[in-house]
Amino acid sequence: MADARLAASRPLSPHLQVFRFILTMAMSIVHRITGGFLYVGTLFVAVWLVAAASGPEWFALVDGVYQSWIGRLILLGLVWSLIHHAIGGVRHFIWDLGYGFDPKTADRLALFNLVAGVVLTGIVAIAALLFA
Amino acid sequence: MSKSFRFQTPLKQARGFGSGKSGTTHFWQQRVTGVAALLLSLVYVVLLVKLQGDDYPTVIATLGNPFVAVLMLAFLGVSVWHMKIGMQVIIEDYVNQPMLRVLALMANSFFSALVGIASAVALIKITFGA
Repeated sequence: MADARLAASRPLSPHLQVFRFILTMAMSIVHRITGGFLYVGTLFVAVWLVAAASGPEWFALVDGVYQSWIGRLILLGLVWSLIHHAIGGVRHFIWDLGYGFDPKTADRLALFNLVAGVVLTGIVAIAALLFA
Repeated sequence: MSKSFRFQTPLKQARGFGSGKSGTTHFWQQRVTGVAALLLSLVYVVLLVKLQGDDYPTVIATLGNPFVAVLMLAFLGVSVWHMKIGMQVIIEDYVNQPMLRVLALMANSFFSALVGIASAVALIKITFGA
């Protein structure tokens, strides 16, 4: 095909490194990263469910790992990822409906997402400790 | 992309539709599964908080409850599809080397399907009484 030269002469769209760092841009990246964490996180859910279905010994083994401090830390990270990603999703729905595009509102939404994600994760963590 | 990975033919020009027939399919599916996952994740987080630290019989009894099992299955099914098409976008954005891209897209499908099937089989087995 003859497009090799054509492709080379096409203008490239600017990428991350040419832009000034702004909050909404960071939040867009974090949305993808938390999505990636949750992607891996589903493996933890699947392993836990399969262990539960395989009998008490398997369940005790997996549950023991998940209840260890490192297991709990990973679970806490996944819970934060889920909550942050979920609020980020709501932000996307707001944009899909045509609202919140002016920079001020977009910044406020981003900040709300960040704070609410951490606060709600804290509430879930406290609830988990109370129910333990 | 190298020649061997060019699956498109000039037929689309002949038909004059381009990708217009299904261009927003994944966009829309991402929204629908997103709304569903948002609602179902509330159930999931409450369940997670309740079950952590519980003993085996309690966990089995709770997951085996048909109401819980249905919501969990729905949550996992919807989430797996959401993450499959989400990761596909990420791969299509960042993996430019043709061979690697095809392999990554395939691995994405395999991983998502495996996680979904494993969770579903486990939940169904628990619901129907180990």
